[in-house]
Amino acid sequence: MDLRLPSKVLEHILSFVDSNEDRNSVSLVCKSWFETERRTRKRVIVRNCYAVTPAAVARRFPEMKSLTLKGKPHFADYNLVPDGWGGYVWPWIEAMAAKCPSLEELRLKRMVVTDECLEKIAASFKDFKVLVLTSCEGFSTDGLAAIAVACRNLRELELRECIVEDIGGDWLSYFPETLTSLVSLDFSCLDSEVKLSDLERLLSRSPNLKSLKLNRAVSLDALGSLLRLAPQLVELGTGSFSDKLDQEAVAKLSQAFSELKELKSLSGLWDVLPEYIPLLYSVCPGLTSLNLSYATVQMSDLVELITRCSNLQKLWVMDLIEDKGLEVVASSCKELRELRVFPSGAGLDETNVAMTEQGLVYVSEACPNLESVLYFCVQFTNTAMVTIARNRPNLKCFRLCVMEPFAPDHKTQKPLDEGFKAIVERCKDLQRLSVSGLLTDKAFEYIGTHGKKLRMLSIAFAGDSDLMLHHLLSGCESLNKLEIRDCPFGDTALLENAAKLKTMRSLWMSSCCVSFGACKLLSQKMPKLNVEVIDEHPLETRPDSSPVERIYIYRTLAGPRLDMPEFVWTIHKNPEIGVSHLAIK
Amino acid sequence: HTSFNFSSSSSSLSLSLSLSLSHRKGFTVFSKSLYASTVTPHSSYLRMSESVAAEHDYIGLSMEAAQMSDNKTKTRDNNNNKNDDVLNFKATELRLGLPGSESPERVDQRFLSLKSSCPVSGAKRVFSDAINGSTKWVFSPGSATDVKDIKPAVPVKEKKSSAAAAPPASKAQVVGWPPIRSFRKNTMASSQSQKQGGSDNNNSETEGEAKSGAEPCLYVKVSMEGAPYLRKIDLKTYKSYVELSSALEEMFSCFTIGQFGSHGGCGRDGLNESRLTDLLRGSEYFVTYEDKDSDWMLVGDVPWEMFICSCKKLRIMKSFEAIGLAPRVMEKCRSRN
Repeated sequence: MDLRLPSKVLEHILSFVDSNEDRNSVSLVCKSWFETERRTRKRVIVRNCYAVTPAAVARRFPEMKSLTLKGKPHFADYNLVPDGWGGYVWPWIEAMAAKCPSLEELRLKRMVVTDECLEKIAASFKDFKVLVLTSCEGFSTDGLAAIAVACRNLRELELRECIVEDIGGDWLSYFPETLTSLVSLDFSCLDSEVKLSDLERLLSRSPNLKSLKLNRAVSLDALGSLLRLAPQLVELGTGSFSDKLDQEAVAKLSQAFSELKELKSLSGLWDVLPEYIPLLYSVCPGLTSLNLSYATVQMSDLVELITRCSNLQKLWVMDLIEDKGLEVVASSCKELRELRVFPSGAGLDETNVAMTEQGLVYVSEACPNLESVLYFCVQFTNTAMVTIARNRPNLKCFRLCVMEPFAPDHKTQKPLDEGFKAIVERCKDLQRLSVSGLLTDKAFEYIGTHGKKLRMLSIAFAGDSDLMLHHLLSGCESLNKLEIRDCPFGDTALLENAAKLKTMRSLWMSSCCVSFGACKLLSQKMPKLNVEVIDEHPLETRPDSSPVERIYIYRTLAGPRLDMPEFVWTIHKNPEIGVSHLAIK
Repeated sequence: HTSFNFSSSSSSLSLSLSLSLSHRKGFTVFSKSLYASTVTPHSSYLRMSESVAAEHDYIGLSMEAAQMSDNKTKTRDNNNNKNDDVLNFKATELRLGLPGSESPERVDQRFLSLKSSCPVSGAKRVFSDAINGSTKWVFSPGSATDVKDIKPAVPVKEKKSSAAAAPPASKAQVVGWPPIRSFRKNTMASSQSQKQGGSDNNNSETEGEAKSGAEPCLYVKVSMEGAPYLRKIDLKTYKSYVELSSALEEMFSCFTIGQFGSHGGCGRDGLNESRLTDLLRGSEYFVTYEDKDSDWMLVGDVPWEMFICSCKKLRIMKSFEAIGLAPRVMEKCRSRN
């Protein structure tokens, strides 16, 4: 008796399985399940674009409608990855254009996207709907125009913190008059002005527009008229909030804000002047997300705003908020889930002394749902961390950046080992951790022992020796992404724990003491890993003992990549220096 | 604070570090002058670095480092010994300790202790500033006037009492620290400069679209036929076609190997504009640019100042047929060839 489910039935069942993790499990059951699953997967996520070839992905998932890709390693955000390293999306677009022309959505993070890519997208995917580019670069506003003009059913166009060559604001005018499907538009990272009339016309014919994030060049005056055209907005990113308006204009703007009955998320607020803060009061009670990280106002003004935001779940703010302000957050925002505090210092070497570890302690005490923290602070104490851990064992993401490297507990002058120990011990579901301050190997022993659910770990200027790495690689069972800079460990722990690297997505190490010989050895031992040595200033003769500047190791099915620039070496089976191979497009 | 203070226990130690500027802007190796500086006796790592060829800013390790590996005995257990035998890593272990230091002392020698378990280059990285390439961030103990001096470190004990004191006058900046995205840095920088009336240009050297207030940068894309990626350069940093040409050559040399500069290594001296065009004409590649009218023109025809005002994009071409050069330019090309 054939006990197999007919594939039609299986297909139907699988249509309810959304999570890719579950689908991955499904595909491992047997060949026919693998086949059925792959033919029905619509949303494909590749978290390292070099882990697999575009052709393989296109072949496996012919019905793909949505593709998400990530390119450069995370530390590229902080200029640690030299320009030209890679992360080109072109080969993917080519492959998808050929094999999956019904692709509708493309979400890219840290990739190099050229105008040619955008033009190709516009030309190849007839029903293209969603383009979300996060921290991408390589394109200009010309490419945006190509998308605008060709994608008749465009729903989302979001440019989040991209580096765009801004040739001018005309691209917006390329949206055809027939385009009425826009749901989300984010051009907050662009510099140049867009024509207000183009924008107004676009808004008037976009009744479904839910999210609008303007760039800085959009004046406060313009904002008023735009808001009146889109009172249904759920997410708003304002432009510059600092023009001088007359009484009438202010009144109109206030009225426009009060019409935004659906607004849940507010951001932008560049250079907001204190006198305009009251304009926002009417939307505060409905807000679940507030991004004040570019609002350079003082604590007292921030507090006025925050006391009114009782439903806030996500707050991004600068350290101008001070401990007092965070105390207000603690008492007003009981629903808070995510808090990010950024440094306000201009050259990053002036910081607001009135914000200390105490601010975070307040919030941890009073906000029961707090699970994600990013906190930049000049200094910290172990006691504070212990308190925070005790208060909030439900933390999932804890990123503490003590800005002064090697800063010890400022009260006891001891390393911050005990503090982080408390965090990993108590917060059993901790998935993401960034450590800083003065840390010895002990801290990493604690992390290795307790951080069993830890998936991503970022370390800088810490530890004493190879033990540090050894603890992490042997202890953290769920470790997926590890990034380390300027830590004094060498080859031994890395080579001993080489097998661990197969279970991780990637490992980044820069300015550590790993030798070239170790990289070669690792690469030979582990054929399914790409071991990339990224060295901008290598010695001409490279002895095995010479340290390398940066290493990026990631598991891959695709073998060494062909688009490496001259400063990246992949050493493979042969212990020769692999000179970069350039694929000529 | 991103302040770096360091000292030895007895005297102030001026550290010399070699810095290399970003490959994008070419790079300068400062090692020669820097390592000639005075060095205090018990900084063994500095002694080591002096013995390294000055041309390298990358410090290769000598075998002396291997002797220091005894410092690491505390970290070894039985399992590791086996591995060490097989891989013979002790010999190449990159360990370096100050004489007599077993475990790093955090007080006083925090900075040095990082290097006590790590070769110089690793420690150097802590302070090196490769990517931003701003010359202000060159460290030198010498009297060079165009660099900042690093003040001697305040030992931790002292730091306690002076916790509220003003930070030292000059700060060491470290690449990518604190970990803040370029986008935010640039945005905050431009807020500041707007507030200060555009006077401060500190961040003009950051990657990408730095907005430096009053002084605009002239970033143009440079692409090359057949190359998989483009570069961006700031035309304002060059003063002539000669400089531009050498920069382009360096940037794209990995693709052209030998073709650009293959004309008898006459070097960069003595190259003038006509020589540049000769060079370009003779080589297989030539440089074109897109001007304000969206015409593609050959680089080198108009005076430099005019060129930077009208250049929008650059492209290094192999065959002039492939791109729509403005008709008069095509004629020129044909008549030359």
